Amino acid sequence: MKLIIAIIKPFKLEEVKEALSEIGIEGMTVTEVKGFGRQKGHTEIYRGSEYTVDFLPKVKVEIVVPDDVVGKTVDTIVKAGKTGKIGDGKVFVVGLEEAVRIRTDERGEAAI
Amino acid sequence: MRKIQDRGIHWHTPCFLTDPALPQGLVADNVYNPLLDTHKIIMKLRSQQLTSWLKMAGIFALLAALSPLFGQDEPPPYESYDAFAESGGFALFTVNNLWLLISAALVFIMHLGFSCVETGLTQSKNTVNILFKNLFIVCIGIVGYAFWGFNSMYPGDFNGFFASGSWFGVDNDDVTMMTDAYAAYTWWTDFIFQAMFAATAATIVSGAVAERIKLGTFMIYATLLVTFIYPITGSWQWGGGWLAEKGFYDFAGSSLVHAFGGFAALAAVLVLGPRNGKYLAGGKVKPILGHSMPLAAIGVFLLWLGWYGFNGGSVLSADPRGVSYVFVTTTLAAATGAIASMIVSWALLKKPDLSMGLNGVLAGLVGITAGADSVSMSGSLWIGVIAGTLVVFSIIFFDKIKIDDPVGAISVHGVCGIWGTVAVGIFSDAAPIGVQILGTLSVSALAFVASLVLAIALKVTMGLRVSADEENEGLDLGEHGAEAYPDFTPAHKG
Repeated sequence: MKLIIAIIKPFKLEEVKEALSEIGIEGMTVTEVKGFGRQKGHTEIYRGSEYTVDFLPKVKVEIVVPDDVVGKTVDTIVKAGKTGKIGDGKVFVVGLEEAVRIRTDERGEAAI
Repeated sequence: MRKIQDRGIHWHTPCFLTDPALPQGLVADNVYNPLLDTHKIIMKLRSQQLTSWLKMAGIFALLAALSPLFGQDEPPPYESYDAFAESGGFALFTVNNLWLLISAALVFIMHLGFSCVETGLTQSKNTVNILFKNLFIVCIGIVGYAFWGFNSMYPGDFNGFFASGSWFGVDNDDVTMMTDAYAAYTWWTDFIFQAMFAATAATIVSGAVAERIKLGTFMIYATLLVTFIYPITGSWQWGGGWLAEKGFYDFAGSSLVHAFGGFAALAAVLVLGPRNGKYLAGGKVKPILGHSMPLAAIGVFLLWLGWYGFNGGSVLSADPRGVSYVFVTTTLAAATGAIASMIVSWALLKKPDLSMGLNGVLAGLVGITAGADSVSMSGSLWIGVIAGTLVVFSIIFFDKIKIDDPVGAISVHGVCGIWGTVAVGIFSDAAPIGVQILGTLSVSALAFVASLVLAIALKVTMGLRVSADEENEGLDLGEHGAEAYPDFTPAHKG
């Protein structure tokens, strides 16, 4: 099992969710975050003074998938989340030790 | 008195739907008020307002000579304002004038209300932009009215269709303008009350075009619309033009303000196009949620409060019976408007919808505005119920035909403005229904066509819409380089 963490642009969330649903991935956890990579922030002006906002709003999507679909899942996320413009985000794949479904006590891949 | 149409209370022989308790056949000329004798004389003089003192004096002399024919004594014009202040009529004049000024302030509050409604029903990334537009409109509306609009809308003698405007203002010492020789209030009061109305007509469009219109273009559009076009339709009725001559009746502006704004908004939205991503393939409509229901609700309550001045002040005096009657009809229509839209939207959409209920209040208020002084109690109930029902269907309809109106301005003001005007022909005897239909359609048509021309001209020259990237990122950043809520990241930003 792998934990896939994707940082994407907020307005891309619907698209990514639907693309994942099409390849059979139904569960995910979503958090609103702020961040930056190489994308520069933007300048704002308040009552005559300029200031820079570096942290930009992003959305973090976390999914747990069996090993055999990791590649396909990552590709789907990349394709759905891409705009071609700077700030599109990143996908990380993290090894996972255990997963448990709280309602039924199932463990391992049965819990995903 | 600027207004040709006597907007005092009209009691007419009621039609079948009206309240049987209504006094019948009573013409409420406020017969206890000696002011109106002078008023009648001045009504005749109105059309010569701009001519020289000599001509005025000559006419006074002539009327004084003819006074036996009128069968009453005309009070002499006052020597000075101070002389008027000593006279018996001053106390009543003061009360009337005070009510009109309070009403002007109440109408001003509607801008606060509208700012809240628009802000609440749109996304937080566009809030600064919306507030900026609202702030600009009230200011330019009033200034434009001073420079051109007031005199264009109330020109006195004119061809009935169009009169050019000019810088406003009269001499403070002019007794014919500052005393009851003019009206129940001073010329300045007349101006400021009417100026507030003009500004509200302009602000209706800002809600419909929100979240995608370019700021600079909108500022020019709104300035031209309210300064030059609004006085034209206004002059047709309140300025004594061709609609007034046909017997058209619009007490406080269901057509002249609301339908005008609603149909101007429709034309602008047609040229502008919907927000990106609102209408998806396959006829699906993606809801773009407003970011603050509390603000939207606060806004509607403020608008309701302001409407007491909008309708109450349109009585054009503080006449107790008149103003109190209007307060009641206005309130009933607002209340039944909300109840109707709540019930209808609950039945149609399976859940009680707050924003529909809020729109229902406004629909009822817009609906009663044409006939608040002439329809009966049951009439105002019906007007509210039908307006509240209409607005729900209208909002859903406009989304079906892909006309994107974030706040429902076209439905509330355009559709219900027409309904309110026509309702005068159904629920009162103030005017026949045919004339009401003619009047409301011609006002709406001119507003639509003028707005269409303006929008197309601006689209071709300056561009009407922001870029897709800017629309995505939010107009606050794109147009203003600012954020409305810098301390937190609301859900749908960017």
